[in-house]
Amino acid sequence: MKLLLILPILIPLTTAACCLLLWRHRSLQRLLGTLGSVAHLVVALLLLWTVRQDGIFATQVGNWPAPFGITLVADLFSAIMTVLGALMGFTVVIYSLTSIDSGRESFGYYAFFHLLLMGVSGVFLTGDLFNLYVWFEVMLMSSFVLLALGGERHQLEGAIKYVTLNLISSALFLTALGILYGMLGTLNMADLSVQISGGMHAGVVSTLSMLFLVAFGIKSALFPLFFWLPASYHTPPVAVSAIFAGLLTKVGVYTLIRVFTLLFSQDIGYTHSIILVISGLTMVTGVLGAMAQNEFRRILSFHIISQVGYMVLGLGLFTPLALAGSIFYIMHHIIVKTNLFLVSGVARRLQGSYQLDRLGGLYQAAPALTAIFMISAFSLAGIPPLSGFWAKLILVKASLDMTGYIIAATALGVGLLTLFSMAKIWAAAFWGDAPETTVAGKEQPWETFSFSEKIALYLPMILLGALTLTIGLMSQPFFELATQAAGQLLNPAGYIDAVLGGK
Amino acid sequence: MEILAAVVVGGLFGCGIYLLMSRSPVRLIIGLVLLSNAINLLIFTAADLIRGKAPLIPPDSLRAVEATADPLPQALILTAIVISFGVLAFALVLFSRTFKSTEATSLDEMKTTDT
Repeated sequence: MKLLLILPILIPLTTAACCLLLWRHRSLQRLLGTLGSVAHLVVALLLLWTVRQDGIFATQVGNWPAPFGITLVADLFSAIMTVLGALMGFTVVIYSLTSIDSGRESFGYYAFFHLLLMGVSGVFLTGDLFNLYVWFEVMLMSSFVLLALGGERHQLEGAIKYVTLNLISSALFLTALGILYGMLGTLNMADLSVQISGGMHAGVVSTLSMLFLVAFGIKSALFPLFFWLPASYHTPPVAVSAIFAGLLTKVGVYTLIRVFTLLFSQDIGYTHSIILVISGLTMVTGVLGAMAQNEFRRILSFHIISQVGYMVLGLGLFTPLALAGSIFYIMHHIIVKTNLFLVSGVARRLQGSYQLDRLGGLYQAAPALTAIFMISAFSLAGIPPLSGFWAKLILVKASLDMTGYIIAATALGVGLLTLFSMAKIWAAAFWGDAPETTVAGKEQPWETFSFSEKIALYLPMILLGALTLTIGLMSQPFFELATQAAGQLLNPAGYIDAVLGGK
Repeated sequence: MEILAAVVVGGLFGCGIYLLMSRSPVRLIIGLVLLSNAINLLIFTAADLIRGKAPLIPPDSLRAVEATADPLPQALILTAIVISFGVLAFALVLFSRTFKSTEATSLDEMKTTDT
C-alpha cells in the first residue's frame, strides 16, 4: 500500500527515462508514452480509492522517521489532484500522438511530458516543504523545455517571460522557506503545522505567509502577478498549451490551499481576507482581459486567470462549504479548460488559424467538435446543468452564508462575462460563415483527417466532454468527495497524525 | 557575524532585484544569478551561524549536548545550488537562442506575444 504513494512519481520517471534511452525510435517513444500514462492513471485511481477507504496515509522515504526524513503523504485532496493530473496526462498524450510534429518528438517531447507529470505528482504527494520546492523545479524545468521546444520565435519570446517570472517566484518561495526553517527548525509540513499552531513567532509567521502568497500567487497567476500567463500560453503547440492550462496554475492553487489550511491558519482575519480580495480582483481582471481578445487561445488563457479567482475564493472564505466548492471547482475546471484548448487545436487544424475572424462555419463542418465545445464552454460559463453551474452555485452559496454579498455578486457577474466571451467564440468560429479566402487570397482547403487521426484527436475530447456531463448530471458523488476532502483540510489533526504517527 | 551576513544578503538581494528590472537580457540573467546566491546565503545565515562545532552526538546520548552547527541548511543549499545552476544554464541558452532569432538587445523589443 505504501508503494502506491511512490508509484505516481516512479511511473512517469521510468517512462521518461525509457523514452530518453529510445532516443532514435519515435514510434517506440509514442507507444511507451501512451502506456506510461495509462499506468499512471490506473495507479492514481487506485490511490484515490485507497485514500477514500482507509483515510490519509503517509510513508517515510528511506525509513527516516518524520520529521527528519522526507515524507510522502496522500490525503483526499492530494489524491484527487493526482488523479486529475494523471487523467490530463493520459488525454493529452493521446492527443499529442497526431498533433505533435516529428521534430519535437525526436527531441524528447514524450520524455519531458512525463517528467512534467512526475513533477506535478510530486508536488501533490510530498509532505515536506523543501521537497515541494524540488518538485516545483522538476515541473518548471520540464515545462520550460516543453514551452521552448521547437524554437519558433514567438515560443522563445513567450518562454523568456515564463521562465523569468517563474524563477522569481521560486526565489521568493526559497527565501520564505529558508527563513521559516531558521525560525522553527523543521521543514516537515505536519511538524511545521504543530509548531506554528503553538503560537510561536506569530507576527513573523504572518509576514512569511505573505511571501508564500506572492510566490505561489505568481505560479497560480493571481492578480496582479499573472502577466506571464497570457504572454506565453498561446505560443507552444496546442497539446502543450492544454496540459499547461489544465495543470500548472492549478498546482499553484493546490499549494496555496495546502499551505493556507495546514500552516497559516492562525490569523485568518488577516491572511484570508487578503486572499478573498485578491480572488475577486483576479476574477474581474481575468474576464475583462478575455473580452478584449480576438484569438481563440488568448481568450482561453485569460479565462484561466479569472477561473483561478474562483478557486481561491473558496480558500479566502475558509468555511467547509467554500473549500469544498474550491475543490469541486478545480475538478471541473481542469477537465473543461484542457478540453477547450484541445478543441481550439482541432479548429486550428481544420482552418489554419486561431484568429476568430479567420474561423467560421465549424458548426456545419465539424458537428462533433461543436457539441464538445458547447458542453465545455457553457460549463465554463456556468450554465445549468453542466459542471460549472454546480461549482459556481456552491461558491456563491458559501459567500452568501458568510454575508459576502459583494464577492457573491462579483462571482455571478464574472460568470455572465464568461458567457459573453464563450458566446463570442461560438458566434465567430462555430455559427459564423466560413471565411472564403485566406490572407494570400486563394481558397483554403479544409484539412481532412484520416480515421486514426480522428480517433486520436476526438477520443480525448469526447472522454473529457463526457466527464464534464457526468459531473454536471450526477454531481452528488463528486460533491461528497470534495466535501470530505475539505473536511480533512480544515481539520489538520488527521494529516498530522498520519505523518508524525500520533506523537 | 550574523549582522555582516545579513548586510551582504540584503545587498545581494537589492542588486539582484535592481538588475532584474533593467531592459538588458544580460543584466537580467546576472540579476537572477545574484538573487539565487543571495538566497543561499540567507538560508545559511537564518539557521544560525555556529563556528567550529561539528554536529556530532556522543555515543552515550541521544542528542547533542551543546549547540552545534546545523548540517541541514548546507544540504538544502547544496540542492538549491545544483537546481539554480541547471535553471540558469537553461536560461542562458534560451536567451542566446532568442537573441539569435530576434536580434533584440532590449527586452522592450520582445513584445509580440504580449497582450
